[in-house]
Amino acid sequence: MAAAAKAPASLIPTATRRRFRPSGLGGWLIWGLVAFFFINLAALISTVVLDSFATTWFGSWVPDGFTAHWYGDAWAEFNLTDVLTVTAQVAIVVVVVSALIGVPAAYALARRNFPGKSLVTVLFLLPILIPPITYGIPLATVLYRVHMAGSLPGVILANLVPTVPFVVLIMIPFIEQIDPKIEAAARMCGAGTTTIFVRILGPLLVPGILAAAILVLVRTVGMFELTFLTSGPSSSTLVVVLYDAVFGAGIRAPQEVDAMAVVYTSSMLILLVIALRFVNPTQLVTRIGDR
Amino acid sequence: MTAATRSAPDSPAHGGQRTFGHRLADHGIDRVLLLLVPGVLFLVLLFVYPFLYGLQLSFAPQGGGGPLANYQTFFSDPYLRDTIWTTLSIGVPAALLNVLVSVPIAYRMRGRFRGKRTLTTLLVVPIALGTVLTAEGLIAYLGPSGWINKFLRDFNLVDQPLLLVHNYWGVFFSLIITGFPFAFLLVLSYLSGIDPNLERAASVMGAGWWQRFRRVTLPLLVPGLAITFCLSFVLAFSVFPSANLVGDPSGSTRVISIAAYHAAFEQFDYSMGSAISMIMGAVMLAIIAIVLGWRSSMFRGAAGGKG
Repeated sequence: MAAAAKAPASLIPTATRRRFRPSGLGGWLIWGLVAFFFINLAALISTVVLDSFATTWFGSWVPDGFTAHWYGDAWAEFNLTDVLTVTAQVAIVVVVVSALIGVPAAYALARRNFPGKSLVTVLFLLPILIPPITYGIPLATVLYRVHMAGSLPGVILANLVPTVPFVVLIMIPFIEQIDPKIEAAARMCGAGTTTIFVRILGPLLVPGILAAAILVLVRTVGMFELTFLTSGPSSSTLVVVLYDAVFGAGIRAPQEVDAMAVVYTSSMLILLVIALRFVNPTQLVTRIGDR
Repeated sequence: MTAATRSAPDSPAHGGQRTFGHRLADHGIDRVLLLLVPGVLFLVLLFVYPFLYGLQLSFAPQGGGGPLANYQTFFSDPYLRDTIWTTLSIGVPAALLNVLVSVPIAYRMRGRFRGKRTLTTLLVVPIALGTVLTAEGLIAYLGPSGWINKFLRDFNLVDQPLLLVHNYWGVFFSLIITGFPFAFLLVLSYLSGIDPNLERAASVMGAGWWQRFRRVTLPLLVPGLAITFCLSFVLAFSVFPSANLVGDPSGSTRVISIAAYHAAFEQFDYSMGSAISMIMGAVMLAIIAIVLGWRSSMFRGAAGGKG
């Protein structure tokens, strides 16, 4: 069992940082479970990546040959330039608008206690707790009635429903930790509300806003249900096009679909790596779940 | 939060308004609350209104009949009614497994160790990949000619390829892959919030690891577990893309969200679609109410022990 711990680990003082060392049957079992999960996850992702570079692949361990032409084919067939443009447009507008609406609301909720505050809090919690497909269907129905569904603004509006509350929830703790005396001091020196927001709070809140923005970006690029329910042929984001390619009718090479899936995965992973520079995953989930 | 933080009213000249403004300000009502207006207005328009509109629409069936006709159709047609059971039979076991497996793993990993940050980072990957990509990967990986079946056959563990996708199991696996990391990270953060000194004290009193877990940690963890289960269940209950992609969307994995989508956007019966959405929300709320009710009746007072 001790063999699992490599020699350098013993140099680290155990009191401050313990190396995770499996001990006993239970420890090995648990370590094995985690390893099993990750091995399967890695294999699952590698299958998609390998297949996207395969000439043909059926029944063998690795593909018969490798080629990159599926990427060109998929790019042409699914108009990925247009699709990526739409995805970027939706994501950027959603990030900017949700920050513009969410940050001020978070400020009011963080700084004031007022009658009906719990009601407002619940209003901001519900769109995060209720799964998108449940409210997405009535929402899409309303958007169809006002002829917004199928267009870019409709997709953006639908995607804003969960992201505005998301920004509010992320920003509240960031704002709470800023000492209100700083604002009071600025006001004493003659700063107006706008000046306080732009010159005092803005710079202090930049880390929080960046974290919120990048998380909203990840969420919007990955948001399937709401985009699927409200988008039309010219307003589908990458994830919806990917779904249609897998599920929709028509004969196309599976490698092409996988090539598109790799494009999607890599863009998600890049966003994720950026996101994780700003946020700790454990805090991230607690913040969503705990409130 | 305190009186010191409140901004003074801008127009001190108006004496009467000023006192009124002050009195409102004592209850926390001043111009800062205007910042809430866009957010609240937006959610009322795009969240509350569509919900009420859907509720109203569900009582106005397109095919005529009484206001309850949609609901009567849903509960009398087995093809529709059984979607509730199908969804529950996928969602409840998946959510339970995700939470129950998370507890021992998180318990083992609750302390600080090298590589914890890397591990939690890796766990976010499946959440970020999303259900569509997971489904696409599962079809290739678990399919009849995928690596798993190749492995099982090459080592003579099975004669026929195992059918793991386009049925119940495909959806189940997809829910584990996206749901387990979520449940694990939640349980881990709840566990990290429990003061380790409580366990040390129990240890000093001579409690073994099982007694420490059973008598000290678990009771403190139960409120968090109930919330984790509810959130995992909600995720599993609303499964839609993977039920279509890796499942058997017209048979064993025809979940309630598929039925709602089918009614609203394939049959263009928005009224029926809204009714099914409302039923979906009601079933979800009922399960959450049962779990949270059970928690508060079993473990009254335990919620305060966190941290």
